[in-house]
Amino acid sequence: MAAQYPALQVVLALLAAPVCLILRRPNAAWAVATVITWISLALALSLLGRVWETGVILYPMGDWAAPWGIEYQIDTVNAFMLVIVTLIGSVVMPFARASVEAEIEEERIYLFYCMYLLNLAGLLGIAITGDVFNLFVFLEISSLSSYVMISLGRDKRALTAAYRYLVIGTIGATFYIIGVGMMYMTTGSLNMADLAAILPAVADSRTVLVALGFLTVGLGLKLALFPLHLWLPNAYAYAPSAVTVFLAATGTKVAVYAFIRIFFTVFGGVEIFTAGVIPQILAVLAALAMIGASAVAIYQTDVKRLLAYSSIAQIGYMVLGISMVTVTGLAGTIVHLFNHAIMKGGLFMAMGCILFKIGAVQLDQFEGLGKRMPVTMAAFVAGGFSLIGVPLTVGFVSKWYLVQAALEKGWWLAVAAILASSLLAVIYIWRVVEVAYFRPPPKGSAEVSEAPLSMLVPLWILIGASYYFGIDATQTLDIAFAAAETLFAPPL
Amino acid sequence: MVFMAVTGFAVARLRNLFGVVMLTGLFSLMSAVLYVVLDAVDVAFTEAAVGAGIATVLMLSTLALTSSEERVSEAEKPMWALGLVVVTGAVLIYGTLDMAPFGDAYAPIHHHVVPRYLEKSGQEVGLPNVVTSVLASYRGYDTLGEVYVIFTAACGVLLIIGRPKRGRRRTLRMLVGEMRHGMRQNVILRVVSKLLIPFILVFALYVQWHGDFGPGGGFQAGVIFAAGFILYALIFDVDTSRMVVPSEVTRLLLALGVMLYAGVGVVGLLRGGNFLNYSVLAQEQTAGQHLGILLVEFGVGLTVAAAMITIFFTFARQEH
Repeated sequence: MAAQYPALQVVLALLAAPVCLILRRPNAAWAVATVITWISLALALSLLGRVWETGVILYPMGDWAAPWGIEYQIDTVNAFMLVIVTLIGSVVMPFARASVEAEIEEERIYLFYCMYLLNLAGLLGIAITGDVFNLFVFLEISSLSSYVMISLGRDKRALTAAYRYLVIGTIGATFYIIGVGMMYMTTGSLNMADLAAILPAVADSRTVLVALGFLTVGLGLKLALFPLHLWLPNAYAYAPSAVTVFLAATGTKVAVYAFIRIFFTVFGGVEIFTAGVIPQILAVLAALAMIGASAVAIYQTDVKRLLAYSSIAQIGYMVLGISMVTVTGLAGTIVHLFNHAIMKGGLFMAMGCILFKIGAVQLDQFEGLGKRMPVTMAAFVAGGFSLIGVPLTVGFVSKWYLVQAALEKGWWLAVAAILASSLLAVIYIWRVVEVAYFRPPPKGSAEVSEAPLSMLVPLWILIGASYYFGIDATQTLDIAFAAAETLFAPPL
Repeated sequence: MVFMAVTGFAVARLRNLFGVVMLTGLFSLMSAVLYVVLDAVDVAFTEAAVGAGIATVLMLSTLALTSSEERVSEAEKPMWALGLVVVTGAVLIYGTLDMAPFGDAYAPIHHHVVPRYLEKSGQEVGLPNVVTSVLASYRGYDTLGEVYVIFTAACGVLLIIGRPKRGRRRTLRMLVGEMRHGMRQNVILRVVSKLLIPFILVFALYVQWHGDFGPGGGFQAGVIFAAGFILYALIFDVDTSRMVVPSEVTRLLLALGVMLYAGVGVVGLLRGGNFLNYSVLAQEQTAGQHLGILLVEFGVGLTVAAAMITIFFTFARQEH
């Protein structure tokens, strides 16, 4: 049965979605979604263990050998992505129960969990596949379901935010599929490993160059690469809390993964990426995102929006690591995928707790919150430290390796950008801390207690993890370095 | 293709959305013709059924809910957007300059995976229609994904606008509403469509079960089947046709379709093959493949038809 894990990893969630539709009961749908997510986490961990011991796992769908059929190809990189997605899902589900009940009407909840399962299946399907067209199909499933989930926010602006994301996301997907079509036109293949073997021979054709351009812009839109990030702040700010946590921690990460996969595996043997101007362009955009988005974050009055801008800056770090085209840089990016997922997940969960109790996350409503919701605010501060990159946190680990990679390349400006962006992070976190701890609660405000334990425990699991993996980073770093080396290894 | 360009330009200029919808339908029909010229009959069939048929109907029902005139904002015309579109178009043309000439037998696309599909699919899958073999078996997993995309869309519509509304939310004052009112009075329309609907449904079944021999399959069949119901609802009465397929039934079929497809895959997995291996479903490989393809195509048809009907009726109910 273990041989079938790759298929089950995605198919379980796919099968569970229509089950939720038939059940039509909020609690039953929640239970199905939770159990399926936990089983998926177990599957992902076992796959990562097997890849670690025995190397790449190949799983041809329907037993049709690639490139004729679709093949799953699991190496350290995507096994790690599967673990990130399912891990976040597993922590979000217990949190979601109370949060979703508070934010979404009861008769829609079962459909919400159906959408969540489709989204989970879509993200896992993107991460696991070894076929560029299959990636597109699952990108569509995950995108459609995330538009729908975002539109469910209580704020009316959630609908416009979702619509905007829909338009931009559809353009991104269309650009991606045009790129895939052009690659198919010149090679006749859709399998990633197969493409990697054929592309070097036809790399100097204009079609391949244009294909690379379309793929870059398409995936850049999906991962919110500056200046293609305009959909993100409102989408994250107005979506229901559980959705923001899940999407912020996994959605853009999977897009970053797809970007890495296309550049380093599919175009791995082609020099237009490693020798051309693309790395420089990416590095400049990354630095602009790191500094620009952090600066904009300082001026936000909605704290969820503030964190959303901070996410754009953090995506800048990941793209910076990619643009260095070195093992250390890429390892820094991959470890940051994990680290940012847990710390940003934790921070957005803190927002979810505050929304649950107070109903809004405007900055002036944070007055005196340090006293009124001490457990939640302590988690926010702890997560904020990690975002800044204080030693002993995961944020420090990622930045340490990115700085090291930049020094190896002699990119002093990149080091300066990382430091400047961290200083800006100190400012925007401090603004929230100041209001919450050093201003008295507004007069006449009701005594506010803490959110229920089902929300606080997942919150502290993520915040705790961001210290656990910050103090002892050997596991995550080993995996990240092994993954980066796989990406630089010559194609099979 | 010149006609297509002219239509595209007209769509961008026209302010009357009713006209725009008609023109996009026309555009789809012309691309279907283009696909026939390129010998891609299956694609043409899908385009005609989905693009020109059901998409037009769905857009019309959207117009019934909103308005049929585009509001023109007098703000500055976004020149940079035009520039961006022109640049993208130029890059696309630049990229296709290296394309192999039309009908070139030596183009790489004909020499990598295609030969095996053409030469061996007869023995391996055993269907005369190679397109169906590729879609439902060799790349069956992609097709499963596409059906899930439609499933997601239908669930999304249910989730966003499908909840029961109290009171009258909108009235039937919109253009399409009036048009429909006119249609109900029209004897010719009523008689002709009443005559046609049984044939449409039978034709859908033919397309469904004959997709392994000729062009067709679950996608087209599902759309055509749904079109039969929607036609009745448009010309006669939404509520009567809703009685034939209550929302509980469509919801169930929506779920059962995708579960049938994925379930066939799981059966293959339980019988010792990989996911979606149909060969292990029967003693003989081709018999198993044939059975598997028929079942998954039926799953596709169920979900697609149920999804289209769900989307249409969810829109239609908004007017009450």
